[in-house]
Formats: sequence, C-alpha cells, structure tokens
Amino acid sequence: MIEPIIQFVDVHKSFESTNGAVQKVLRGINFSIRPGMTTVIGGASGQGKSVAIKLILGLMKPDSGKILVEGKDVTVMGSRELNEIRSSFGVVFQGVAPFDSMTVFENVALPLEEKTKLSKQEIRNRVMESLEQFGLVGHEDKFPAQLSGGMLKRVGLARALQLQPKIMLFDEPTTGLDPARSLEIYRLFYKIQKEMEYTAVIVSHDIPKIFNLADQVVVMHEGKAKVFNSSEEIQWSNDPVIQDFVQMTMGHIYQSRMENE
Amino acid sequence: MQIVLKQIENLGKATLYHITDLGGMGLFLLYSIRGIFKRPFRFAAFLKELKFIGAHSFVVIFFTAAFTGMVLGVQGYYTLSKFGSEGLLGSAVALTLIRELGPVLTGLMVTGRAGSAMCAELGIMRITQQVDALECMSIDPYRFLITPKFLATLVAVPLLTLMFDVVGIFGGYLSGVKLLGVNPGAFFSGMEQSVLNKDINLGIIKSFVFAFIIVWICTGRGFLLLKSRSGFGAGSVSRVTTQAVVLSSITILIWDYLLTAMLL
Repeated sequence: MIEPIIQFVDVHKSFESTNGAVQKVLRGINFSIRPGMTTVIGGASGQGKSVAIKLILGLMKPDSGKILVEGKDVTVMGSRELNEIRSSFGVVFQGVAPFDSMTVFENVALPLEEKTKLSKQEIRNRVMESLEQFGLVGHEDKFPAQLSGGMLKRVGLARALQLQPKIMLFDEPTTGLDPARSLEIYRLFYKIQKEMEYTAVIVSHDIPKIFNLADQVVVMHEGKAKVFNSSEEIQWSNDPVIQDFVQMTMGHIYQSRMENE
Repeated sequence: MQIVLKQIENLGKATLYHITDLGGMGLFLLYSIRGIFKRPFRFAAFLKELKFIGAHSFVVIFFTAAFTGMVLGVQGYYTLSKFGSEGLLGSAVALTLIRELGPVLTGLMVTGRAGSAMCAELGIMRITQQVDALECMSIDPYRFLITPKFLATLVAVPLLTLMFDVVGIFGGYLSGVKLLGVNPGAFFSGMEQSVLNKDINLGIIKSFVFAFIIVWICTGRGFLLLKSRSGFGAGSVSRVTTQAVVLSSITILIWDYLLTAMLL
C-alpha cells in the first residue's frame, strides 16, 4: 500500500465568535490522500472546507488531532520545519490573494525571485513562458485589480506552479466564474496535472462538475468527513445526508433501481 | 449576583485580551527585528519605502516646521520684549525646536501621514490573505513586508526631524528678525552660544525613539489585524488604523516626557 501524502487523523476544530458562542466546525475528521491523486473536498458553505486547507498548511492549529503531511505532523511543527514543508506546496486561495500592488509579471516572478538563484533573464524567460501557457500574454504589466475573475485565477495558478510543487491546494478555484470559464479552468487543471504530476486537493462546492476530475471525493457535513472513491458511489449513496447534498447541488437524479424496490 | 459575576467575567476577559495583545505586539517586534537580519535584503523595497515615508513627507514637514517656527518667533518676541530681552529670541526658538517641537511634531506628522498608510496597507494585505500567501510560499512576511518599512522609518524620521529644526529656525528668523525687527546678529549669536551638543543629541535620540514607536505600533496593529478585536472586513482596517494613529501619537507624547525627564 502506498503511503498517504496527507492524512487527517481525528481532527477537531472550533471557533469562538465575538459574542462568545462556540461553533464546532470539525468534529473528528479522518481521511487520507495518496500521492498523485486528485481529491475534491466538497460540502455546503460553512462546513469547514477552507479550514481544512488552512490546517494542512499550518496556518491554523486544530483543537485536537493530527494532520500528517508526508508522514510528519504539521500541528506540532516549528516555523522552520513548517517553511520546509510549505515549499512543497502550491496554493491558490479562494480570492487568489494576488499581491495587489505588484503587476501580473511581478506576482508570477516573485516565488522565483525569492526562492531560486536564477538570473533576471532566466526568470523573465520562465515567467513569460508560463504566462503564455496560461493565456496571459499581453497582460503582464497590468495590476490584479485590472483583471477579470478568470484571468486572476489563472494568475494565481501560474504563481503557485512556479516552484513545481508536489502538492497543489485549490480553494474554490471556480467561484464567481461563469460555466464556460469554470470548464476552462478545470481543463487547465487536468492538462497541467498530467504534465507536472502533482497531488491535487481541490476545495469546491461545485462537486458535480468536477466529478470527472477527482479520484476521491470527501464530503464534509456537520463536522464529519465522508469519503467516496468514485462519482457513482456518491450518486448512489443511501446516506440521506449525501442524497440531500447531491440533490441540492445537481438536482434530482432519476434512479431506475428505485423503481424496482 | 448574576450581574456581578458577568462584570467580573468581562473584566477577566478584557485583561486577558490586553495581555495577549501586548504579548502579540512583543513577539511581532521580536520577529521584525529578526527579519532585519535575514537575507536576501530587499533593497529596492527599502528605497521605495524611504521615498514614501521620507521624501513624500517633505512638503508636510516643511510647512509644519515653517509655521511652527514663525509662531514661536512671534510668541517669543512678545514674551521676551516684556523683559527687554528680545536678543534671546534666537536661542529660545532654537532650543524649543531642537529639544521638543522638532522631534515631537515630526513624529506626529509622520504618524498621520505614513504610519496610517503603513497600517492600512498591512491590514488590507492581511484580510485579503496576501500575508497567508507569502507564508505559503515560505517567504518570511516579516523580512518581506516589515523590514523595509522598519529601516526606512528609522532612517527617515531623524532626517526629517533635522530638516524640521532647520526650517523652523528660519521660520523664527523670518517672523522675529524680518517682520518684528530683532537684531539678526543677536538672533544667531545667542543661538550659537546657548544650543549645546547635548541639546542636539537629545533631539536626535528622541527622533530615533519616536521612529521606532511609529513603525512598531503602526505596522504591528495592521499586521496583527485578525488577532485584534476590531472585527472583520473593511471596517476593521479603518478601526485598526485609527487605533494605530491614536496609540502611536499618545505613546510619542508620553515618551517625549519620559526622555526629557531622563536625559535633560
């Protein structure tokens, strides 16, 4: 059996709101992700999907439980170890989090400037190459505020991929995009993953649309995680919660086997 | 009974919050200082901040200094002329500016102009996850964001203070000598005799301390935005910026008194 690259072991996390009420978002999450596979984490809003990503990155600490990345627990790491682990990650945040006082070119070039010893010319060549790959040529001198949502996502993707990460984390990669643009982003994911062979974790409420992209779907509901290995498995699930979720996100599915029961 | 318990609970919460807050600011300072020694140093970013904090504050400082000096000239003249000692005007203006008003007013003006901007910038970067993005690229946000601001403020504020002193003295000269007719020789020779190295040093030490206060409080409040009680979104940035300016200004005034009492 292949060692999982990311593993959640009984993770709990709650938040205290300003009025003092405690909200338990994760109540014992367990799942693992094998290298090279694409995992989609889905669920309705407020079920802790983005929290899961922040936990993997060590940006947040769980109340209890372990999160193992390549076998090491990120919840107990010091900042140096955390930095080391993070350098194998590429992250695209929900709002992309572009550095808004830098141009598109500077945004994409930043990881190379900071983390490699490449010369200015080499960086320029590499960045222009990936801008071309992502269809951003001609926009390199624009600022993030001057770009459309789709372009911004592509900038985020280009920036995250510069250091050839082993693991890519996408937080809601298609939120706010029209269906055609979403499809384009998914196509880009698929193509690039084939090339670079990274492990992908995609947080999305857009589950039905990315079924075909996923090797594994983790549905978060009321603080628990349910793991499915194929889109059929999730569609035919008898679990009322999952049925609700599937119907809510993709409409009622006609199931002929129900007729025979 | 319930009400009393609630009050005690609130008091405890507030105390804990402020202790945590203070600890957070202390750690922030520690990490910021550590960031200064980390390589690579972002020289271009440092120059950009220096231009923003220093060069772009020039006009504000110039006008503040010129009119402060002129007011001192007029006020000093009317007070001193009661005792027939207008000749002391030069030393009075110079000492007031070099010891007190130069560092303090420069500190307050830089807080208002550059400190607020630094705080808002970092606050926005925090709420739009740009700081997280840096951390995820394993780029130290302290070295990347805070160090250039820290060093630029420490360089800019003392220089602006010196400029304030010079411009202010000429403001005093303009109103005292040119408008009210004090003898120019007396104005400058009195100044030469009464202003000692000690006074200039005091002014410079103050300006360094104030620069430190400005950059620590203003960058710290913005950077630690999410850990403060200021809520979420755009409103939190505005609240935290106001808070930083007020806190920084008050701290400058308190330390002005303390430093004067200790060093004079």
